[in-house]
Amino acid sequence: MTLTNRYDFVLLFDVKDGNPNGDPDAGNLPRVDAETGRGLVTDVCLKRKVRNFVGLVKGEQPPFEIYVKEKAVLNNQNKRAYVGIGKSELLEGDDKKRKGGDAVDEARQWMCRNFYDVRAFGAVMSLGINCGQVRGPIQLTFARSVDPVVALEHSITRMAVATEAEAEKQGGDNRTMGRKFTVPYGLYAAHGFVSSFLAKQTGFDENDLELLWQALAQMFEHDRSAARGEMTTRGLYVFKHDSELGNAPAHKLFELIQAKKNSDEPARDFADYTISVKEADIPAGVSLQRKVG
Amino acid sequence: MKTFCLEVTGDFACFTRPEMKVERVSYDVMTPSAARAVFEAILWKPAIRWQVTKIEVLKPIKWITLRRNEVGAVISSRNVQTTMNSGSGDLGLYIEDERQQRAGLFLRDVAYRIHAGFELCDAAKHKSNFPHLSKHRINDTDEQRAADEANSPAKFLNMFERRASKGQCVNQPYLGCREFAANFRLVKDVATEPAPIAATLDLGWMLHDMDYSNLATPSPRFFRAELKNGVLDLSNVEVRG
Repeated sequence: MTLTNRYDFVLLFDVKDGNPNGDPDAGNLPRVDAETGRGLVTDVCLKRKVRNFVGLVKGEQPPFEIYVKEKAVLNNQNKRAYVGIGKSELLEGDDKKRKGGDAVDEARQWMCRNFYDVRAFGAVMSLGINCGQVRGPIQLTFARSVDPVVALEHSITRMAVATEAEAEKQGGDNRTMGRKFTVPYGLYAAHGFVSSFLAKQTGFDENDLELLWQALAQMFEHDRSAARGEMTTRGLYVFKHDSELGNAPAHKLFELIQAKKNSDEPARDFADYTISVKEADIPAGVSLQRKVG
Repeated sequence: MKTFCLEVTGDFACFTRPEMKVERVSYDVMTPSAARAVFEAILWKPAIRWQVTKIEVLKPIKWITLRRNEVGAVISSRNVQTTMNSGSGDLGLYIEDERQQRAGLFLRDVAYRIHAGFELCDAAKHKSNFPHLSKHRINDTDEQRAADEANSPAKFLNMFERRASKGQCVNQPYLGCREFAANFRLVKDVATEPAPIAATLDLGWMLHDMDYSNLATPSPRFFRAELKNGVLDLSNVEVRG
């Protein structure tokens, strides 16, 4: 089932007492846009979570293999058998050999077939020729917090030391101090786009799309760690266009979803926000699917 | 050549300078090649070639710096081939081993009015100019000519106007990198729009576009960019390789 619609989506997620995305430039402080004070979560951070989720759910097996992996994603079977593919269906109607292009083309098709993240996000393959690239149908933007966030710094102690030398220096006290940064509360919104035209090129189909929605809805549930605090997907609003080219500008659709703080107090919970979805203003030819929220 | 005008806006943008590709640094304003890609994202056919004539800067130039973990490796086609042929193998790429932390100096809160028109070209030759867009080409020259005959400029003019005014696109246009999506709007009457910023800057040599005439080595072409009262005029610039 190939895709025959354009989709634009809004992803709302929040963080409570955690660091959604550390900034390597600022000693792992939560990313903050210095001018506006609003928090940022990069596109690659969200993609990483999608990859990890798909890797978990599908057990790293083709055709849902994940190409760019973390070692933390336990992988107990390094060598995997791939389903061989007939070359006949690949090279339909293109009997002219392109210089070096064919091998790359075929390899690219094969990668798309077996690897979910290559199908969804694209990838770059070596061999120099400009065709060695896959542009994925999924386009994600940076997530920004709805309101300015504050980054808190916590000093923490550890009742142990790493080396003998340290222990001697402290006269057996055996304590080290550490640091931890959190955002007490932040509600973030990211925008995304799915192009059916690019989906056709990589073979990204309806099942893959369902898996993407599932990943976006549940990815934080499987990404718990000391640093993250409580992160939750609070809203996944998918605008489905009736046509491939789309029936309305994406930014007009995104404006229909507004998150407003209920009071002037600092927000500390999702209940402090009201999400308004102006369903009445959705243009003709576009339907809203509320996957979450 | 009839030109269209699009207003594109976005939170962030990065029109990477080719001389600073590792730790990306953006040009001060949008490049002609990025502007072309915006038009192509809305309408492109092998028979047309977009030419950007003017870029107007509507907001003051502001910067943001950001560091991200990136992967410093590309898929090796050879490994893929080997695995394909043998039917099994390990192709995963572990980010911990290939990690590169790279900073980027991006533009923030940008808005441009870009003007471009297209000219028809011989579609058969065209594919070599834009390999990233097309995979299909008719090998038979007579057939190709017949297909080209159906390409009247009026048809494409109307197609573009219809699509752009409805917000339709083949993929969401972006400002230099795909994570910086652009909102776009077809500007019908430029006279009623706000004026560009009053900045006059010499931007030095700037990327004009890539020349794909030799596919194996696409080569960049540069021009001397001068921002005059917020307008980058591209109609009579000298482009050098």
